[in-house]
Amino acid sequence: MADTKIQKNHREPFLRVVKRDDMASWKAWLIRCATIVIAFFLTGLLSMAITQKGFADTYDIMFTGVFGRLFEGHTTMLWKYLQEIAILLALALALTPAFKMKFWNCGAEGQALMGGLASIVCMIELGDKLPYGALIAVIAVTSILAGAIWGVLPAIFKAVFNTNETLFTLMMNYIATQIIAYYVYIKGGGSNVINPVDAGNFPSVGSNDYFVNIVIVAVITVVMYIYLKYSKQGYEISVVGESQNTARYIGINVKKVIIRTMVISGALCGITGMLLVAGKDHSININSVGGQGFTAILMSWLGQFNPFIMVVMTAIVVFLRLGVAKVADTSLLNSSFSEIIVGIVILMLVGCEFFIRYSVKFRHNAKEGEV
Amino acid sequence: MEKQPAIELKNITKRFGKTVIANKNVNLTAYRGEILSILGENGSGKTTLMNMISGIYFPDEGQIFINGEEAVISSPKDAFDYKIGMIHQHFKLVDVFSAAENIVLGIDEGKYNLKNSIGEIKKISEQYGFDLDVEKKIYTMSVSEKQTVEIVKVLYRGADILILDEPTAVLTPQETEKLFSILRSMRDDGKCIIIITHKLHEVLSLSDRVSVLRKGEYVGTVNTAETNEAELTEMMVGKKVNLNIKREEPKNVEDRLIVDNITCVDRLGATILDKVSFTAKSGEILGIAGIAGSGQRELLESIAGLQHLSSGEILYLDAKTGKTENLRDKTPMQIRNMGVRLSFVPEDRLGMGLVGNMDIIDNMMLRSYSRGHSMFLKRRKPKDLAMKIIHDLDVVTPNAFTPVRRLSGGNVQKVLVGREIAASPTVLMVAYPVRGLDINSSYMIYNLLNEQKEKGVAIIFVGEDLDVLVELCDRIMVIGSGRVTGIVDGRTATKEEIGLLMTKSKQEGEDNG
Amino acid sequence: MIIQFICRAILLGVPLLYGSTGEIVTEKSGHLNLGIPGIMYVGAISGVVGSFLYENSCGNDIANMNPLLAVLIPLLCTIVGSAVMGLIYCFLTVTLQANQNVTGLALTTLGIGLGNFLGASLINITKSELPSIALTKTSSFFAAKLPFADDLGFIGELLFSHDFLTYFAVIIALCASFVLNKTRVGLNLRSVGENPATADAAGINVIKYRYVATCIGSAIAGLGGLQYVMAYASGVWSNNAFGDRGWMAIALVIFALWKPSVAILGSFLFGALCNANNYIQGLGTETQELFKMLPYIVTIIVLIITSMRKKREHQPPESLGLSYFREER
Repeated sequence: MADTKIQKNHREPFLRVVKRDDMASWKAWLIRCATIVIAFFLTGLLSMAITQKGFADTYDIMFTGVFGRLFEGHTTMLWKYLQEIAILLALALALTPAFKMKFWNCGAEGQALMGGLASIVCMIELGDKLPYGALIAVIAVTSILAGAIWGVLPAIFKAVFNTNETLFTLMMNYIATQIIAYYVYIKGGGSNVINPVDAGNFPSVGSNDYFVNIVIVAVITVVMYIYLKYSKQGYEISVVGESQNTARYIGINVKKVIIRTMVISGALCGITGMLLVAGKDHSININSVGGQGFTAILMSWLGQFNPFIMVVMTAIVVFLRLGVAKVADTSLLNSSFSEIIVGIVILMLVGCEFFIRYSVKFRHNAKEGEV
Repeated sequence: MEKQPAIELKNITKRFGKTVIANKNVNLTAYRGEILSILGENGSGKTTLMNMISGIYFPDEGQIFINGEEAVISSPKDAFDYKIGMIHQHFKLVDVFSAAENIVLGIDEGKYNLKNSIGEIKKISEQYGFDLDVEKKIYTMSVSEKQTVEIVKVLYRGADILILDEPTAVLTPQETEKLFSILRSMRDDGKCIIIITHKLHEVLSLSDRVSVLRKGEYVGTVNTAETNEAELTEMMVGKKVNLNIKREEPKNVEDRLIVDNITCVDRLGATILDKVSFTAKSGEILGIAGIAGSGQRELLESIAGLQHLSSGEILYLDAKTGKTENLRDKTPMQIRNMGVRLSFVPEDRLGMGLVGNMDIIDNMMLRSYSRGHSMFLKRRKPKDLAMKIIHDLDVVTPNAFTPVRRLSGGNVQKVLVGREIAASPTVLMVAYPVRGLDINSSYMIYNLLNEQKEKGVAIIFVGEDLDVLVELCDRIMVIGSGRVTGIVDGRTATKEEIGLLMTKSKQEGEDNG
Repeated sequence: MIIQFICRAILLGVPLLYGSTGEIVTEKSGHLNLGIPGIMYVGAISGVVGSFLYENSCGNDIANMNPLLAVLIPLLCTIVGSAVMGLIYCFLTVTLQANQNVTGLALTTLGIGLGNFLGASLINITKSELPSIALTKTSSFFAAKLPFADDLGFIGELLFSHDFLTYFAVIIALCASFVLNKTRVGLNLRSVGENPATADAAGINVIKYRYVATCIGSAIAGLGGLQYVMAYASGVWSNNAFGDRGWMAIALVIFALWKPSVAILGSFLFGALCNANNYIQGLGTETQELFKMLPYIVTIIVLIITSMRKKREHQPPESLGLSYFREER
């Protein structure tokens, strides 16, 4: 019969991808660390190619760009570096409980902006009416509330109607942006800036403006680690994230956990907004968070939901951002060069997970069948 | 007329991993113009065998001949090219597409013209007497309509060897009858039809010949006209095997859980449990036998507070207080708070009973984590428990901090059963507790259940191996299509008796019940 | 006034239309590509670089420029640049099975960085006083009206006064709609996004479809960036000017319920909503800022309503955002 004349050369493909059982965690980390080292090397090469500077020079500039003249006892740059880490880390920490629950909160940007808005409103409106301590308390409470409300709205719709949270939280970012634009216009007297407000600023410790922020984020890091690992609520979050079926089997109210977790996530973003406004800028504009809400998503994901690994990841990314920006700056290049580098490095880290989860096998012989 | 072999299997062997042999040296022939039934219990390797013909798996050993020529089928596409069409038990359809769109999906010849295709589809439908609305979207269809789409889909591709995997599992008796008459008319048209089933009466009423598989091995083929239910049952379940499972006389038997007339309807409106009533007694193992998917899962989930019931009551008699509690429409948390010590080993161990990515200690906490008023988890007791279970049940694991996903099937089950027993239950429900386990682990589970029985726990045991059921259980309840078709004494019942009760259709169930 | 408003709305809507048509094609294959904002930046800057090089090679005299080349070179650069971004996305999510959300967001970071960096580099080269680069000559070719537009009064202005990329956008959206709904390729593509296991079983090459759809989708989205620079901004590139239009394009996908034909009207409506503040009498600048959130609120409402109604045709492709690995079937 004509029908049976079918090519019989079906063979195992030359390369095939097989899911690994499990890689020992030290091996997995070895791969990740190797990727980071390669990424650093590549960063240097790319910078050298563009700036035409030498190898040692490039890294030297990068280090001074981040740490300044640290070895000569100047710590200003170091504190600035830590402050930058703190803000990005705070956002990543805020997103982590949501991600651990498999809730894609892409709204850190908006939640932080709303927290910041609450702070600046209190600073402007109540700055001369309340004593300092009370003012700080009011700022803290309102920014936490503002962030939490911004975060819980998508969660409620997710829990009740299963509305797509990725897109909902994204849209909430832009609504927040426009609200900020509105407020800034009113208070800035028609310009795009509000002059720094003196009331309700976080205190400086010694001559250090950022100390309070850094301490707050350090505390959040530890608390978040404990919350996720040792609290009952953290445990419920993991169970819901791993399997809603199991959660129901043991009697967890899944809707309640979703909503509660997003209140926490939003509240922490609100706190970050407060750190930005009351602790750093003393003002607000639509770029106050500057896209860090999105970078934070990547940080949380690359940190494997572990706050301490996130510290390392944010430190690396902020180092690249500041260091490469300095390299670009000294060569009269645009500082966006650092965004490119950060993007490439993150893509490399995302890609390297493949080698941890899968292995590639070559064809042994033509006889071996599929599966 | 000399019959032409459409498909021949020679010495087919398929292994999964190193230990599981799904098919061993299977030889089969199916001819044109006949209906061949492949009969076997759950897990006898029927579906694996057919998946090899339809290109989903590739056999480790052996050859497949189509129309007398050796064939290499390494993908579903190859199977299409050989004119083989498989109707899977779980339909492979795109929900938001119309019937016609699903039918033409993936065909890569000729000009794309849905209107012409619809014409052809209608012609096929008329030829065999299908009742099919080609414009209808799949997600609005009933199960039987979806099945029709699947059958028309393979016919549209010109298949002349049709394989149907448990086609009647989800159909009503009327729909089944209709399907059978269509299959007969296709047979008369010269097609080769292979139907996988475990329902004896269907085999007898529909097929020309029957091939029987048991535990992955080919038992034999008989002509339907020359056989009867008893012979087929024996071929299917095998001679009685003595497993030597210990069985003590029940002591202190009293009613513990009374399930009264419960009915459960799924989201699509199909009745899953139909007026089920029984009593589970303390100090006794109640076995539940039945074809997979007859409502066992839903029954246990109803008792555990995970299913919404449309009618009926579930009453728990508390031995200590003497009070009676109604468990219907309570959440698992509420049931626990009422002081009902109900343990449940679900069928889906890693998807429901345990969390695969958590370590043994954290899995121990699943049941107990919420106890106490502290905000924080107390891992000391779960850790002690984990160590105890690892030690007592010989769980093979590097340590207590290993994610359970990494353990072997038997060890996963030990962790789950160990945890559920540690809660010192008064009612213990286990679903397929020895599925995929080796002999030693299986006996350990039986011993654990017997220990619990001696402690006066009411045990409900859903099983699939009839040899085990008749040796372990004190009473055996048989369910078929969501109905109780009989309750027999485990000491006197025979496998054949249970096998017959299992394969009763809905209507027979009504006659007897 | 009203005519001007509509024309302006269309002009504002076209980049969104490109972006959302591209994203719809991508999402139909099961890829939620959150890299679209970055890809549109890359599309825009690739076109800018292309036309910059061509303008420079022709010297300063517009007469030296070949109109066809002046249009084709940027067009080609844009398509190649953004398709390469799509290729990176596919390599990571399909071949390396990486998480789609994370990959997309990283691509957005990379894309915006690339756009701004190359833009700034060009500005450096021209030693311009302003932080922008003007390609007015190339733009004049892009923005050319149909010759008879002015003769037909307001109808001419409404229908025929637009740049050719606007018509092109509508044609692409209609083509996409046709391909998705009326052809075999479209049927196969939709099945890949809905249920890749079923598509695979039916003999469709899931990997090929995902790669091709995503790269084509990215190329289409990239054209949106080019249209913005060449037609809307009259050939002037300045860093960050493109703003968050990429995100709005993704929002528009939901608004259009994954239908390119609806996206045409939707994009013009979004354009109108973005622009309404300028045309409503007596609004202060501050209230205008509030008005700008209208498209986002509308999107959220549409998102909620579709999830409440649960009408299956209006839901995202079922396996959107999920990787497909055959051996897990």
